[in-house]
Amino acid sequence: MIELDRRRFLLGAATAGASALGTACGWGGGRVLSPKLMAWSGVNDWVSARLFSGTQRAREYPPARRTPDAEFPGYHVSDDVPALVDPAAWRLRVGGLVRKPADLALDRIVALPRVSYTVKHHCVEGWTAIATWAGVPFHVVAELVEPLPAARYVNFRSFDSGYSNGWDLPSAMHPQTILAYAYNDRPLMPDHGAPLRLYSPTKLGYKSTKYLLAVEFTDRKPGGYWEDQGYPWFGGL
Amino acid sequence: MPDEETAPDAGDPVAGESAQTGGASPPAAPSAEPVMSAPPSGPADAEEAAAPEAPTAGAERVVTETAESAVPTTRDAPTATAAPPFVRRHHWIVRLTHWVNTVVLVGMMASGLQIYNAYERFGIRGTKLPLPNPLDMHPVPRWARLGGWLAGGLSWHFFLMWPLVLNGLLYLGYLLFSGEWRPLLFRPRDVTPAIEMQKYYLRLRREHPPQGKHNALQKGAYSFIVVLGMLSVLTGLSLWKPVQLSWLTALFGGYELARYWHFVAVWLFAAFIAVHVILVFVVDPASLRAIITGWYRGRFPSHD
Repeated sequence: MIELDRRRFLLGAATAGASALGTACGWGGGRVLSPKLMAWSGVNDWVSARLFSGTQRAREYPPARRTPDAEFPGYHVSDDVPALVDPAAWRLRVGGLVRKPADLALDRIVALPRVSYTVKHHCVEGWTAIATWAGVPFHVVAELVEPLPAARYVNFRSFDSGYSNGWDLPSAMHPQTILAYAYNDRPLMPDHGAPLRLYSPTKLGYKSTKYLLAVEFTDRKPGGYWEDQGYPWFGGL
Repeated sequence: MPDEETAPDAGDPVAGESAQTGGASPPAAPSAEPVMSAPPSGPADAEEAAAPEAPTAGAERVVTETAESAVPTTRDAPTATAAPPFVRRHHWIVRLTHWVNTVVLVGMMASGLQIYNAYERFGIRGTKLPLPNPLDMHPVPRWARLGGWLAGGLSWHFFLMWPLVLNGLLYLGYLLFSGEWRPLLFRPRDVTPAIEMQKYYLRLRREHPPQGKHNALQKGAYSFIVVLGMLSVLTGLSLWKPVQLSWLTALFGGYELARYWHFVAVWLFAAFIAVHVILVFVVDPASLRAIITGWYRGRFPSHD
């Protein structure tokens, strides 16, 4: 290297650098690196699970700090807002590795202990918004169906074109993880996941499954709609 | 880094003197300036001793690779035409961490800009942080991004953060254990020399102020960049875990501000890199070889 003519060396280095940049620009990692990056994401999930505290609560805000409704985006993966053909027939199916599987009607869920909080929503895109959510703590529903000791994960499934999210059990049992049926003091609107959605201020927005259909306790790590495409599985804040 | 602007000035008193022969002693301190305290002489020590900082530094300093410093003449063979000899400048850990950092930092910035593209503004929804952002509502061009889409950018960013932090810790650990932090750390006593140095650059002062391994402005630049690195990592952590590390997020003024500082750091890094690279090529190209091979033969041999 010492003997290498400086001008030629610099020219070569500049060319190599430019071509490396040229191929890297807007590049995702290709067929070789992308799977490796996703595998590495598992390491970050492991670290995230260790950083997660079952008792650390997300900060609550006064309702006056709410983001205006029009500024809080709602989204779904279906082309149109997912809607039930017969809302009255809707039941939340809670099953899997549990002693007492249950199909819960909305009025039954609303009759369960209620939690309400005004919290900050963190989207993976980088935006934040404050809203009030109300619902039943997930751990209350879990106590109802009595999960088996083998259950380590929870799979939340929706009627939004198969959208789903897999959760670790400790995150699901966090006191601020709720099955929400109200947004800003009103019944959940269709673009926010009516009639029932998962909500947690300790997870990124995409982990909070909307348009809930079924909750399944399982011993096998479930994937998820965005998670399977490369977004962090744990998604914890 | 700004010190390298002195290069064209052949009369630079600091650049002029050095351990060019591998055996010459740097001049005695011209004043009480501790950075110029008289070093022990001798071929093996000449380079290392060029900048003992604190009075005790000489004793604590871990002298590295002095054997190689002592025999630079063997490296002179190919260019023996009156050129100055090579001097040992960068330890292999410094060179390794420099280049790992180059690749990783560029990757972190490019993947970070990919992430920024998903929401190219600052402030909780419906509000706007009253802070300047040249890229407000502007997407980052494709050439500056890594990852292809948000998930790809996140994957790269959350992978590269590990080598970034480990590499940074290796560099700082090396500085700490070798004592090399002494000529790099900007301290209150460097303020006056920094002003003098700036005067010199502005031609308000004739003679180059006395200095050791680095001048006060260089110390400022190389200390600043470490602080900037720490700021990037800490704001990054506060954005990754704003609930579990809520105290850290609060320290930066909340999530939205932390995201802004994280972004400002990108511009500061970009500015530093631009000036850093420009000065290398314009002022002291020999330093490029030094950061690759460790051997330096240029106009600032005493600067190490």
